[in-house]
Amino acid sequence: MTETEFLLWVRGPALQIATIVFVLGIVVRILQMVMLGRKANLAEARGSALAGGLRTMVTRSVPDRGTFQRSTFTIVSGYIFHIGLFVTIFLYAPHILLIDEVFGVSWPALPTPVVDATAVVTIIALLAVLIHRIKDPVMRFLSGFSDYLVWLVTFLPLFTGYIAFHRIGLSPPMLIALHILSVELLMVVFPFTKLMHTFSLFIARYYNGAIAGYKGVQS
Amino acid sequence: MSGPSLQKGLAAFKEQIDAPVAAFFNSCMHCGMCADACLFYTETKDPTRTPIYKLEPLRKVWQQEYTFWGRSMKALGMSKPVTDEELGQWEELVYDSCTLCGRCSMVCPVGNDIAYMIRKMREGMAAAGHAPEGLIGATKRAVTIGSPMGVKLPALQAQIRHIEEDTGLEIPLDREGVDYMCLLSSMEIMNFPEYTAALAKIFHQAGVTWTISSEAFEATNSGIQIGVSEIAAELVQRIVDAAEKLKVKAVISPECGHAYMAIRWEGPNLVGKPFDFKVVHILEVLDELREQGRLKTTGKEMQRLTYHDPCQIARRGGVLEQPRRLLDMIADDFVEMPEAGVMNWCCGAGGGVSSNERADDLRLKVFNRKKAQLDAVQAEGLVSACANCRIHLEEGLEEYHMDLPVLSLTETIAEHLAEDKS
Repeated sequence: MTETEFLLWVRGPALQIATIVFVLGIVVRILQMVMLGRKANLAEARGSALAGGLRTMVTRSVPDRGTFQRSTFTIVSGYIFHIGLFVTIFLYAPHILLIDEVFGVSWPALPTPVVDATAVVTIIALLAVLIHRIKDPVMRFLSGFSDYLVWLVTFLPLFTGYIAFHRIGLSPPMLIALHILSVELLMVVFPFTKLMHTFSLFIARYYNGAIAGYKGVQS
Repeated sequence: MSGPSLQKGLAAFKEQIDAPVAAFFNSCMHCGMCADACLFYTETKDPTRTPIYKLEPLRKVWQQEYTFWGRSMKALGMSKPVTDEELGQWEELVYDSCTLCGRCSMVCPVGNDIAYMIRKMREGMAAAGHAPEGLIGATKRAVTIGSPMGVKLPALQAQIRHIEEDTGLEIPLDREGVDYMCLLSSMEIMNFPEYTAALAKIFHQAGVTWTISSEAFEATNSGIQIGVSEIAAELVQRIVDAAEKLKVKAVISPECGHAYMAIRWEGPNLVGKPFDFKVVHILEVLDELREQGRLKTTGKEMQRLTYHDPCQIARRGGVLEQPRRLLDMIADDFVEMPEAGVMNWCCGAGGGVSSNERADDLRLKVFNRKKAQLDAVQAEGLVSACANCRIHLEEGLEEYHMDLPVLSLTETIAEHLAEDKS
């Protein structure tokens, strides 16, 4: 397989397979979750489950002061790499162009040097998160294969994107092919791992807030 | 009915897993923040006491039964099923190291209600025969005698006679058609008769009609703490039957956190139908009387007071503002502890921990968390509204050589009742 053939395969059949697994997988997993249902609450309500659920979906993004003090590194590094991922994925001009081609929607991009700098910060943050996971006694104890796998498949697209942009090491078609391949790996792994939290956390937060809201507590 | 078994336990796990549980397990990124929210971790630094880890066997069952990947692995014989030995190891984490206080559920960034899952997990643990001896004993006594501490009706009647002599007020037993039927925890009957005396005085002044049922006076529910819904339902049904027989408008849950959770929030769900009467916490009743101008106090406590929110009344129960408004009537120098209210730290003895002798040393060790919170405000009196918290707070304060009286809010209010003019 030549470099060009490889690139064509990555951009063609491989992308199609990855997209199908990604989309179908997410839909099936969410249905699997939600369709388990839950029993109706027969106790007299003090507050609104719906309002509580919707509120917690938003408010849980901001920790209370005591929690922030106790888990400062986890919270700050988490914020940095999540925002960094959002910026590098959705506010980089070539990505927006691709989205426009496929879905016909577009939005303004950030200047490329800004995205480039964000990528560096995000790579550093992700490395710091990994080191923290290995060094922190609780996180190391909790972590298993899947935790390191999701870290790796999140890190790779960012890393390959960065070296592709700066044309480091390999030929440009090879670099771009590797970048796309790493994204496909992420997409295929996504529905089968806790990467699903991207979506399921809003369901989890909703239930948490609804359970508390029903009792008149804001959680 | 045959005895407990691993099969029954795993079947109970499967049955307990619902949409919230699936969403919670799906979302956990092992960030470890729940560890820092839990006094059983912060005071021991033992990673196995991380809240989410206490659920590991339940998570495995979820993964093996309710996810595509897990089911495939299971079909290929590549997954390790949960073993009886594993559940045995987890017993200490699920019962001794968790009070169901729900602080972790407030902190988890993806929104996992971990306490909700521990409550569910105990159903499977009990079904598999891995519940602590102390709780099994308490539950048996609750079913056969009517009280986890083995308090029988004659003991209550004797206390009532003493209280009537002391106060000169009647404690009405089995009176039909009154407004309120009051429940008591065994702890209150045996150790704090002042609570019942306080009820008599306050209700007398406010002109409230009330009664205690001789058939269902026990408020606590060991069935919930151990995780056997059938027993929990039976205990709730006794209260429902008594309340219906006496045709009361409402049932008052006493100064006990888990009793309130049991009858107010779990009760109707356990017996499978909504109640025909209301369930209110005593603090809600007192606050309502205050609002109506029927609760009149005189004088104030001059020492610096602070308030310990019982988890099941505040964070898990929704009674947060009432105690503050009531304290405002009788406290001259009231100070909030750091993280008071919904983020309050548990005393360390709820959720059945205090009935479990094996956990005695641990609960006193983790009381250090409460000590730190108390040290920050230099209070001269600690008010609370849960007899179980109260016993443990007193024990903990003694253990840590802290000279601090623990007061019941209801009793303290009764001490400040304005002179009766009638």
